Amino acid sequence: MGASAETVLFWIFAVPLIASAAGVVAARNPVHAAMSLVSAFFWLAGIYVLLTAHLLAFVQVIVYAGAIMVLFLFVVMLLSLTDAELGLEKLSALKWVGVVGAAGMLVLVVSALAQSGPRAMRAVGADFGTVRAVGRILFTQYLLPFEATSVLLLVAIVGAVVVAKEKI
Amino acid sequence: MNPALQSYFPLAVVIVLAVILGLTLLGLANLLGPRRPNEAKSSPFEFGSRPSGLGRDRFDVKFYLLALLFVVFDVEAVFMYPWAVSLGDLGWPSFVVMAVFGATLVVGLVYVWKKGAIDWSRE
Amino acid sequence: MAQFSFAFPKPGTKKLLVGATLGAALAIPALLAGLLVFLVPMVNKPLLDAFIREKLGHVPATWVGTQWVYAAALFLAGIAMFTFAAITGGIFSWYERRVAARIQSRIGPNRVGVAGFLQWIADAVKLLFKEDLVPGEADAMLFRAAPYFVVAGMTLVLVALPAGQAIVVADLDVGIFYILAVTSFIVVGILLSGWSSNSKWSLFGAIRATAQVVSYEVPAGLAILVPVLMAGTLSTQGLIRAQGGWPWEWFFFRNPAAAVAFFILFISQLAEGNRTPFDLAEAESELVAGYFSEYSGFRFALYFLVEWANLWIIGAVATTLFLGGWQIPGVSAQTWASVRGAGSFPAFGWWALQFVSLGIFAVKTLFLVNVVIWIRWTLPRIRIDQMMNLCWKYLVPAGFAAMLFTLVWQMVATWAPIVEKITALVVFAATVWVTWRFLQQTRKNVSLIAHERVDLSNW
Repeated sequence: MGASAETVLFWIFAVPLIASAAGVVAARNPVHAAMSLVSAFFWLAGIYVLLTAHLLAFVQVIVYAGAIMVLFLFVVMLLSLTDAELGLEKLSALKWVGVVGAAGMLVLVVSALAQSGPRAMRAVGADFGTVRAVGRILFTQYLLPFEATSVLLLVAIVGAVVVAKEKI
Repeated sequence: MNPALQSYFPLAVVIVLAVILGLTLLGLANLLGPRRPNEAKSSPFEFGSRPSGLGRDRFDVKFYLLALLFVVFDVEAVFMYPWAVSLGDLGWPSFVVMAVFGATLVVGLVYVWKKGAIDWSRE
Repeated sequence: MAQFSFAFPKPGTKKLLVGATLGAALAIPALLAGLLVFLVPMVNKPLLDAFIREKLGHVPATWVGTQWVYAAALFLAGIAMFTFAAITGGIFSWYERRVAARIQSRIGPNRVGVAGFLQWIADAVKLLFKEDLVPGEADAMLFRAAPYFVVAGMTLVLVALPAGQAIVVADLDVGIFYILAVTSFIVVGILLSGWSSNSKWSLFGAIRATAQVVSYEVPAGLAILVPVLMAGTLSTQGLIRAQGGWPWEWFFFRNPAAAVAFFILFISQLAEGNRTPFDLAEAESELVAGYFSEYSGFRFALYFLVEWANLWIIGAVATTLFLGGWQIPGVSAQTWASVRGAGSFPAFGWWALQFVSLGIFAVKTLFLVNVVIWIRWTLPRIRIDQMMNLCWKYLVPAGFAAMLFTLVWQMVATWAPIVEKITALVVFAATVWVTWRFLQQTRKNVSLIAHERVDLSNW
C-alpha cells in the first residue's frame, strides 16, 4: 500500500470526525453533545496514528476521552438542567455571536493555509512519534513549557477545591 | 505503508468485529426473545412502587471535585510515561526536571488532603 | 483432617452426561490454547509472507492478493480472540459460582452437566430467549449503545495483552499506556448506561463506579511506572523480555518497591473491575445492580461477559508487568532463536515452546484469577469514604514512594548488579517462607474441625 491507502484512511477518519464535531454543536441534549465529543476524540486519535504520532494519539484518548470527558459528563449530570433552566431561549443573540466567530475563524484558517501554499509532508525517521522520541524532545527542547504545566495543574487543583468546598 | 502504522490494523479490525458481534448477538436475542411491552415493564425499577421524583437526580459536588483531581493527576501520569522510557537517554538532568514537576503536584495533593477535599465522610 | 465423603460424580449420573462433561472439560481448554496459538501465524507478518511465497507461489511485495491475505488473517485472529474472551468469561462465571458456593458451604450450580460445568452455556442460551427491555423514559439510543462501549473496551485491551512468546495480536510501542487509555471506553460505557436508563439506581451506580474507576486509575498509573522504569519500554512484550523465567528474575522480586507496586496495581485493578471489596457500584442492598439495573436479556449478559473476561485481563496485566509473563525458566532469547531454525517456517520445537510459554502465562494468570475470586468471597464490601481514603491517602502516596525508590534502586542496580540479585533471592525466599507458613496455618485450622464431617456427596 502506498500513499493512496493513507489518503483513504485519512478520509475514513476525517469525515466522521467532522460529523461528530458538528454533532457537538447541533445536539440539543448536553449528554448527546458530550457523546459526540467523545466520538470526535476517538476519530482524532485515528488521525494522530496516521501521522505516526503514536504516543500523542493515546495521550489524547486518555486525557480527553477519559478524564476531561468524565468531568464534562459529571457536570452535565450533576446539574441535570432542563431546557427552561438552561435558558436556551435567551441564547439566540449568543448564537449569532457564535456564528460570526466561527465564520471569522474559518476565514483566518483558510487564508493562513492558502498563504502557506502547497507543500509536501516532511519525511520523518522511523522512531518519530514513539514514546522515546517524544520524551527526548519534551524534556530537553520543551522543558520550560513542561515545568509551567505543573504550575497550571496546581492552579487547577486549588481552583477546584475553592469552587467545590463551601468553607475553606 | 509505514510498518508502525500496520501494527494498528488489528485495533481497527477488532473494533469492527466487536460491533458486528454485538449486533449479531443482540439481533439474535431480538429474534428469539419475546416482545410484549407493558407499562409496568417500561417504568424504571423502584422496588415495585411507582417511581417518585426525577429519574436523573442531582448528586454531590464532591464527585465533580474528584473528576477534576483525576484530570490533574492523569495529566501528570501522562507526562511521566515518556519520561520513564527516555530516562536512560536523558540521564540525571531529567530526573531533576521530573522531581520539580512531581514536587509541585505533591504540594497539590497535600493541599487537597489538608483542605479535606478527599474526606468523604461528612465533617 | 476432616473426613470427606466424596462421591464424584454423583451416583446415578448418566454415563453419557459424564462423558459429555469430561469431554467438554478437556476439549475447551485445548480449544482455548489452540485459539491463542492460532493467533501466532495470523498476526506475524514474516510468517504470512512466507506462506504467500511458498504455499501460494506469489511474491508478497508485488502480488495484489497480499493485502487480502493480511486482512483475512487479521479477521480470523480477531474472531479467535473474541471466541477466547467469550469462552473464558463463560467458564469463569461457572467457576466463580462453584468456588463461592464451596466457600459459603453451599452446593452451587450442579444441574447442567456434571458439577454444573455446562451451566454457563445454558445461561447464555437462556438469556438469548429473554425480552430485551428498554425503559420507557430512557434515552433509547444511548441505552442501546452503552454495552458496545464496554465490550469494545474489553476487547481492545485484550488486543495488546500477550499470552506467549509470539502470541500477541498487536505489540504496540505504547503497549501498556494504550491499555490505560482504552479503559476510558469502559468508563464512557458505564456513565452512558447509568445516565440513559433514567433510573435513580442506575445513575448513582454509574456515578459511583466512574468515581471509583477514575480514582484508582491514578495509583494504577503510578504503579505501572515502576516496571516501566525498570524495563525502559512501554511495549508489553518488551516488558516481559526485560524479565526472566526464574522467579528471582521477575520484577516482583528484583526490587522491593516493585513488590509494593504489584500490590498497589492489584488493589487498583480490583477497584477498576468493580470487584469486591470494591463493588460499591453494584451494591445489591443499596443500588439493585448499579449501572445496569435496567438492562435485561442479552444486553445484561454482555455486561457480565465483560466482567468475567475482565478477570483474565486483571491476571494477565499483573503477570505481564510483575510476574515474568510467559518467560520459560532457562530458555533465553537465543534459545528461542535457535529452536526456531533458519527456515521460513519455524521448526516444530518452536511451536512446542510456544505452547509451553502459553501454559506458563496461563498458570500465573489463573493463579491470580483464583486470588481475585477468593478475595471476593472472603472480604466484606468497604464504604465509599474508606474506598476514597484508601486510594488517595494510602495508594497514591505509596505509588509515589515506590516510584522514587525504584529510581534510586535502578541507580544502585546499574552500579552493582549483585545487589539486585541478592535482593531478588532474599525476597523470593521470604515469599516462599510466608507461603509455607500460610499453608501450615491453614492445615492447622482445618485439623481443628477434623471431627466435623464434610459432606461433599452432592458436589
